[in-house]
Amino acid sequence: MANESKNNRLRVFLDPLLKSNPLFVMVLGTCPALAVTTSFESAIGMGLLFTFVLFFSNLLISALRKVIPEEVETPAYIVIIATFVTIVKLLSETFLPELYSTLGVFVALLVVNCIVLGRAEAFANKNGVVDSMLDALGNGVGYTWAIAAIGLVREVFGTGTLTFGKTFTFIPKTTIPILGKWSGSEFSLALPILSSSAGGFIALGVALAIIAAIGNYKAHKAKEKAKLEKEKAIAAAKANSQKGAE
Amino acid sequence: MNYFVAFILAIVSYTVIDNVVLSRYFGICSFVGVGNKVKSAVSMGIAVTFVILMAALVCWPLYNFILVPAHMEYMETIVFILVIASLVQIVGYFIKKKSPTLYKTLGIYLPLITTNCAVLGVVETNMAYDFGRSMANALGTSLGFTLVIFLFACIRVRLESSNVPRAFKGVPIALIVAAIMAIVFLGLGGMIDLGSWGLA
Repeated sequence: MANESKNNRLRVFLDPLLKSNPLFVMVLGTCPALAVTTSFESAIGMGLLFTFVLFFSNLLISALRKVIPEEVETPAYIVIIATFVTIVKLLSETFLPELYSTLGVFVALLVVNCIVLGRAEAFANKNGVVDSMLDALGNGVGYTWAIAAIGLVREVFGTGTLTFGKTFTFIPKTTIPILGKWSGSEFSLALPILSSSAGGFIALGVALAIIAAIGNYKAHKAKEKAKLEKEKAIAAAKANSQKGAE
Repeated sequence: MNYFVAFILAIVSYTVIDNVVLSRYFGICSFVGVGNKVKSAVSMGIAVTFVILMAALVCWPLYNFILVPAHMEYMETIVFILVIASLVQIVGYFIKKKSPTLYKTLGIYLPLITTNCAVLGVVETNMAYDFGRSMANALGTSLGFTLVIFLFACIRVRLESSNVPRAFKGVPIALIVAAIMAIVFLGLGGMIDLGSWGLA
């Protein structure tokens, strides 16, 4: 029994990483996923702030789930989320001012992020504090890697280089040439469209298509396998009946 | 006169050049979510327009005449989201009383407007502007949202019957369409120089 509940807890944490990834599978939280992914670093920063807000709002909402009356659920959740967003806003403004100015209005827009409110309504108000914390961490990490992946693709293919230390000023600023600008030359294979506003849509659209293709392939394979097994079973049944006839 | 021209230019600029959905990335969720029926897309656009205008009209004085004198600027996000949520409720009640048929078409989209980033996004960016410009921002943004969501719905109706690669069916092709629309709108960039009107 204890083992089973432990397994369930692990599932609560691991599922949002891949199987029910909030961005790639549920297609939620697309606004920040497009807006802040022009660079790898700002995407990671956004993911961190998002995880912070989700973690604490899930924690408080699940702790208060028996206190909040059902009729005022959503307004109460919004106020709780807005409180943590304000805290994150003040903290990032003080300690990571570069990140705050890069993300701009999207820090405040965490309030209306569908994932945060969605997890509150779908998970935190039905489950215990520990489970909700794990769920928040899973979703936070799942969302962070998803937008970081998009940010990485957009920065590398959009500018041809990968820059560290621009948003997180505490690491020394380094620019790694990947698709061009090697040893000071101007040559570059980058596609600037990917760092423009249209590039976000293209990157996310292609990512979703790749995931759909993988899903299609898996479904196709499962179908083939089922077909093969069915044929085998029919052949075995035939052989059996022939044996019986003999 | 000068001010009036600047106002109109700012509206045009926010509507087509600096479009909410395609270049500022606000309201993608509802854009992708509702955008496959022309009629509901237009209804959504109108409802969002109304809420954005009302929210901008209420929040700007609230911020500048109450929060700033009281040195409570940090409360802005909480105050704004509460104003927007209650506005959406009031709009819902009002429409339900006045026109039940409109309520039926808008009904399911009304609660969605609270979590539409376009509304909060406009209100938050308005805090750096004066009243005239914030109204221009609200009007232009909501017009731009309605325009794009309408165009997008028309394209998606066509997409339903067209032969797209299987992996791209549904949301991925919609995002690619949005990308092409964004490229088209990029072509309008630089048409109006707000800086020359002292609005940059």
